Amino acid sequence: MTTVVPAVFRRRLSPLAVVEALATPHAVDRYLELVNPMLTVRDVRAEVTEVRRSTADTVTLTLRPTRQWRGFEAGQFVQVTVDVDGVRRTRCYSPAGSQHRADGRIELTVKAHARGLVSRYLHANASTGLVVGLTQAAGTFCLPDPRPPRILLVSGGSGITPVLSMLRTLCDEGYDGDVAFLHYADTEDDVAHRDELRALAAEHSAVTVVLACTGHDGGDLSGYFGQEHLDAVAPWHADAETFVCGPPGLMTAVRDLYTRNGRAGRLHVEDFAPAPVAVETAAATGALTFERSGTAVDNTGTTILEQAEAAGLQPEHGCRMGICFSCTQVKMSGCTRNVRTGETHTEPDTEIQLCISVPVGDVAIDL
Amino acid sequence: MTTRLTEKQIDELGLELDAIRQRVVDDLGAADRDYIYKVIRWQRGLEVAGRASLFLGFLPPLWLAGTAALSLSKILDNMEIGHNVMHGQYDWMRDPGLNSTMFEWDTVCPAEQWRHSHNYMHHTYTNILGKDRDIGYGVLRIEEAQRWNPYYLGNPVYAFLLMVLFEWGVMAHDLELENIIAGERTWAETRSLRGQQWHKASRQVLKDYLLFPALSGPMFLSTLTANATANLVRNLWAFSIIFCGHFPTGVATFTEEETENESRGAWYVRQMMGSANITGGKLFHILSGNLSHQIEHHLFPDLPARRYPQVAPEVRALCEKYGLPYNAGRLSKQLGSVWGKIFRLALPFGTRDEAGTPPTVAVVPDEIAAAA
Ligand SMILES: Cc1cc2nc3c(=O)[nH]c(=O)nc-3n(C[C@H](O)[C@H](O)[C@H](O)COP(=O)(O)OP(=O)(O)OC[C@H]3O[C@@H](n4cnc5c(N)ncnc54)[C@H](O)[C@@H]3O)c2cc1C
Repeated sequence: MTTVVPAVFRRRLSPLAVVEALATPHAVDRYLELVNPMLTVRDVRAEVTEVRRSTADTVTLTLRPTRQWRGFEAGQFVQVTVDVDGVRRTRCYSPAGSQHRADGRIELTVKAHARGLVSRYLHANASTGLVVGLTQAAGTFCLPDPRPPRILLVSGGSGITPVLSMLRTLCDEGYDGDVAFLHYADTEDDVAHRDELRALAAEHSAVTVVLACTGHDGGDLSGYFGQEHLDAVAPWHADAETFVCGPPGLMTAVRDLYTRNGRAGRLHVEDFAPAPVAVETAAATGALTFERSGTAVDNTGTTILEQAEAAGLQPEHGCRMGICFSCTQVKMSGCTRNVRTGETHTEPDTEIQLCISVPVGDVAIDL
Repeated sequence: MTTRLTEKQIDELGLELDAIRQRVVDDLGAADRDYIYKVIRWQRGLEVAGRASLFLGFLPPLWLAGTAALSLSKILDNMEIGHNVMHGQYDWMRDPGLNSTMFEWDTVCPAEQWRHSHNYMHHTYTNILGKDRDIGYGVLRIEEAQRWNPYYLGNPVYAFLLMVLFEWGVMAHDLELENIIAGERTWAETRSLRGQQWHKASRQVLKDYLLFPALSGPMFLSTLTANATANLVRNLWAFSIIFCGHFPTGVATFTEEETENESRGAWYVRQMMGSANITGGKLFHILSGNLSHQIEHHLFPDLPARRYPQVAPEVRALCEKYGLPYNAGRLSKQLGSVWGKIFRLALPFGTRDEAGTPPTVAVVPDEIAAAA
């Protein structure tokens, strides 16, 4: 036996270590959350303090994070966790506010997707006092430091959030370079934060805000992204850093144009990657990747446990019939089908039972 | 009693049980989450109240109330919460706090080892002699089919010790001491298991027998005895409930040959014939972790336990339809039956009366059923 001293004695004897030793085997937060979910020693959470619905299909939430929150850089995203019908769901959202906001609160704007689980839930149910799970901010879609002299921000639909955060952050910093903000929406009424955008443009002479409407007339421009829009909005775009976030069509159009112009290196993009769609085919397709062991195999259509074993891995397992949960592992991405129930699971970063799951297309497992 | 079933009937029974399971799975939602959180709130509340009362343990009523609250807290933690969460009953909620692979319970046995010895070995090989190590836990003779030897003269004594020291017995279970004594396993092989056990048990002991007593200052001994009592009460309760699950008379055991290549339906049949229920009120069911619905639990180990009372009438009706026994009785009856067996089986003869003969199923191959 190698360890003879309980961990609590080996660690420096902090008050927290003592409290954790008293609460063992449960985490202190599992007690505190029953009194007040915002009272945490380790978990990051946030309370909704304000709810606005400025357009028909969006909701803007202001969140007060717990003290563990370390702040974010404009353009980054956080993961928000809510319980929808008893099931915990986690989704990425990019804060839309300035990273310098004085009260440290986080503003999220969520667009309700027609069949979207979390976005519809938040749109319909978010109210002040709701406590959600939060992660620290992550992502590399950020403004360089020091700030470049010219910045072009392009967004479409719900992709407005990270670039709006950049714009507001630049304004707070008293940025004196050129900055143009080009946003695409169906109609002007679909633009969340429209009034703030107009106000920012009015207050800061270096800021140009252009709203382009793709559906109807109205807006400052109409139609889809192209060279003319670029020239009209930011004639200096050739020496600017460009940041884009939006639906696939817009992203492709921008990427193609910048590649043609030989300026792909100065283009920064953020993708709100929609969840993978379950495609049911009789034939087994795709690649099954075991990330931790760095192994990939062609999907043979048998259970992931069997395929892992065939690939020479030895994942922990027990009953091989779906009852003992010994083989539970995290599916990082892709779609799997439960052979007992026939259900498909598309959500990333969720646990699956390897012995009763078969891959449907490309799947990555944390194994 | 022997029930004759054709292979086809067994498959049909399997499909009917699958359908019950699927119906519950489709209905899982916020109500199940609210329920388990309500139980957790009660458990944590009782624990905090109990531990707090013990700071005033010099007042006998508070010592008693504190000890009772802490005992209840440990029972809820181990049974309705721990055992069931570790079965993956709440994994569908994707709540890391209630995930089968992450949850730890308030007892010395490491959750990971429990999941192996219980979820895998016991639930997969339920009541198969030589494979299910829960038959007598490697120390007792609890089924006639276990061959007698003079060691078993001490059967009642071993059972009493196991009951009093139950959490330690559960912890030691995965070491397979009987196989080490039989020379089929070496002590060295258990090294990593012992490491985990030391890690878990030292924290439990530190908390209950050092930190909380020390915090209560002059009440050190009073708190220590209260904590020891709570652990003991939990041991007695857990032992009694668990022993009533598979060991009352009338529960069937199986051989490895019988169960080779068994179908899903036959697996279900074995679970039903190898388990026994305890009847009682709602609170009793909760305190037993709904293991009072052992039959339903063995059919559907990964369904939230609060659903067992709901599906029990359907399971019972299926048993009647297929002529299978559905073993249920009050706690006093089942427990009396278990202890009676523990005493009787200390002797080589055991029981041979009609009531004590376990039921059997004769599987009629489809060809023969068709010919008849
Ligand atoms: C880094 C990052 C930042 C993000 N920031 C924001 C943000 O600030 N505001 C915001 O509203 N969303 C943002 N998203 C998208 C968000 O995470 C969710 O994908 C979105 O809210 C839909 O979730 P859902 O649970 O409602 O839909 P799901 O139940 O997951 O999906 C339902 C259906 O909607 C489709 N769908 C899912 N997501 C999208 C999408 N983004 N576009 C088109 N179709 C989709 C799916 O294909 C599916 O058919 C971001 C995503 C990423 C990766």
